[in-house]
Amino acid sequence: MTDLSQYLPILLFLVVALALSSAFVFLPMGVSRLTGTYKPTEAKLAEYECGFPAFEDSRSQFDVRFYLVAILFIIFDLEAAFLFPWAVSLGETGWIGWGTMMLFLFELVIGFIYAWKVGALEWE
Amino acid sequence: MTSFFQSLGMSYEAAWFTATIAGILLIALPLMLAVALIIYAERKLWAAFALRRGPNVVGPFGVLQSFADGLKVFLQETIIPSASNRGLFLIAPIITFTVALMAWAVIPFADGVVLSNINVGLLYILAISSLGVYGVVIAGWASNSKYPFYSAMRAAAQMISYEVSIGFILICIVLWAGTFNVGGIVEGQRSHIFGFINAYAFNPLLFPIAIMFLISSMAETARAPFDLTEAESELVAGYQTEYSSMAFALFWLGEYANVLLMCALNAILFWGGYLPPVDWAPLYAVPGIIWFFAKILLMFFVFAWVKATVPRYRYDQLMRLGWKVFLPISLFWVFLVSGYLMFTGHFA
Repeated sequence: MTDLSQYLPILLFLVVALALSSAFVFLPMGVSRLTGTYKPTEAKLAEYECGFPAFEDSRSQFDVRFYLVAILFIIFDLEAAFLFPWAVSLGETGWIGWGTMMLFLFELVIGFIYAWKVGALEWE
Repeated sequence: MTSFFQSLGMSYEAAWFTATIAGILLIALPLMLAVALIIYAERKLWAAFALRRGPNVVGPFGVLQSFADGLKVFLQETIIPSASNRGLFLIAPIITFTVALMAWAVIPFADGVVLSNINVGLLYILAISSLGVYGVVIAGWASNSKYPFYSAMRAAAQMISYEVSIGFILICIVLWAGTFNVGGIVEGQRSHIFGFINAYAFNPLLFPIAIMFLISSMAETARAPFDLTEAESELVAGYQTEYSSMAFALFWLGEYANVLLMCALNAILFWGGYLPPVDWAPLYAVPGIIWFFAKILLMFFVFAWVKATVPRYRYDQLMRLGWKVFLPISLFWVFLVSGYLMFTGHFA
């Protein structure tokens, strides 16, 4: 039986960490208004592009390979998620558990080889 | 610590709450102090590698340099670009820093000295560290500027690529230790080699993945030679370009807290965590926390050494290393380690 009370400190930690980092972000904004360093101008608030006005909207097209990487990541991270419970219970499932997982891994390796062959991993 | 506060006459609940908050602050505040000092130490190290002197003006030997920098950023004006998404723009550094702090909740600093001793500690660390990518992506997106946007795309692809092989490497360790509990993994290394060396790294089967984990952790934290997310010759300052004041500093703090976390993870998973290097009774006279910090500092020295000496990778080389080298090898190593453990009857 898991001891869920051990998770309460993590929740408290989340609250403290959020409070700390919010204070770090918002406190200087107040301080700079008090000390008078807060002097926004139009040029200062413009987005940075090497010193001249931006050519185009930056929400532009990007390389489709970033998207491919994200999809491949989902597959392999799910695979890893299946492996985690298997790894701690290998003693109980024994050879049957080991063989089943190796079969699963083998099928995923076929998929990996396919992704490699069609060039989903090419960045040159 | 709860019993100490109880002895002051508090009820159990109040004592537990006070002890937990004290524990959290005992992790978070020294961590920020450690980050300030480690930035100074790293600048001194790089300077030494390049035969320079490094920071040497503020305070004795320049020790106070980081604090002076911190004070300067704190007093600066926070610029929020007019084209940016204001809310997301401010949330991004908060996410980065919060996540960087929270992973420390399950790190054991000495035998039993851990804020929350959960039985899936390693899984928690993996989950929390993968949340870190949100801070970077949101920062790049919300800035609505060219360089931060490209940097965020790169950072996201790089972090998730190496997370896959880190996941498989962790599985090898979990297979050997038989538990996700971080303290349990450290205890599993007691007298692991020849009955007296306390480290998984000297295991011939685990040594290659120790090296792979070290390299992956540099890529995961976007450290040189994998610092393509803030390659200043191409992307100005990466996703931090539009940030100023403490919001900018939070990215720095978060980044170095993550680097320290990765050093700590290297020490815990492969070099015996808070255990002394060899299982010899007099060495246990030194507190575990000293051994742990010494190992973290040693790993950090390796990180700084690599950053000072290795030239930056190209992006295609980085992706090739992650997907075509580390992923197949770590996948094969899961097969190898689990097969070895089954054949030798490790679980019997």
